[in-house]
Amino acid sequence: MADPLHQFKIEKIIDLPDVTLPGLGQVDLAITNSHVAMTVAFAAIVLFLTAVTSKAQIVPGRLQVVGEGVFGLIDNLTDSIIGHEGRKLFPFVFTIFTLILGMNFLGLMLAFTATSQIAVTATFGVLTIGLVLIIGFAKHGLGFFKLFVPSGVPWVLLPVIVLIEFASFLLRPVTLTLRLFGNMMGGHVALKVFAGFVAAAVIGQIGLLGIPVGILSIGMVTALTALEFLVAFLQAFVFAVLTCIYLNDVVNLGHGH
Amino acid sequence: MDAAAAKLIGAGLATLGMIGAGIGVGNIFGSFLTGALRNPSAAASQIGNLFVGAALAEALGILAFVLGILIYSA
Repeated sequence: MADPLHQFKIEKIIDLPDVTLPGLGQVDLAITNSHVAMTVAFAAIVLFLTAVTSKAQIVPGRLQVVGEGVFGLIDNLTDSIIGHEGRKLFPFVFTIFTLILGMNFLGLMLAFTATSQIAVTATFGVLTIGLVLIIGFAKHGLGFFKLFVPSGVPWVLLPVIVLIEFASFLLRPVTLTLRLFGNMMGGHVALKVFAGFVAAAVIGQIGLLGIPVGILSIGMVTALTALEFLVAFLQAFVFAVLTCIYLNDVVNLGHGH
Repeated sequence: MDAAAAKLIGAGLATLGMIGAGIGVGNIFGSFLTGALRNPSAAASQIGNLFVGAALAEALGILAFVLGILIYSA
């Protein structure tokens, strides 16, 4: 059977010469399939949003309804979780959401899923937590550390609680990264495993048993593909929700908690 | 035991952590349905919480899955 992990292999499409950057050393600039998948997702999103907004009408057409729906979904999210200040952070959340959604969906249609690379999802995780830290320190200065001291905790428990809060804060980028990566990778591995069963049945590798196995497996692939479309949307949505929650922690630090 | 065989068994054992995630996610959606059927008018407002809870519970199972993949491909 074909290796279900082969699809995650990075391959160079156009090899460009290496450059040496100060502080980073040798950097490989080759255009890889991961690079292409991200660029296609980016171009698709820009084209989609341009098409949506180019002929905007008061009574929206079909395409405009979809665009406004995505826009409204995230606007509603930032508004309900972060509150009044959420409008300022809307562009960041919307960018992250649409880019992840685009890469997830294109991964189901093209050969390569950029979000199944831990380097890509880790960049999103670090970006989010970086913004949380920047806003926290810019807005509250050293008062940012109040984030780790919940109010109303008995002083006996305080050292333990602070430690736990601090550890859970450090784990946030890790779980953000691994949730997206694991969901996309796990889904695609499962798809490829069942597709491998179909292929093995078709080439007659398992004899007459191939008839029931092939039929069951191709039904499973169809159902899993539908499920993967749901997961692709859900993971992008969950990433956006968690980004909002983490940003809310520092934007509204000290009140409402 | 052969080291390669032990590695494969270890990878399989590591993914057993996903049992917990399965229980957790099932529990969240089951509880949501129980509550939603008792008071359907309040259900729509809790969809966001539902998915965040499911995502948080699932993340821990994903950790186990990633660990399994890491051991498998190490």
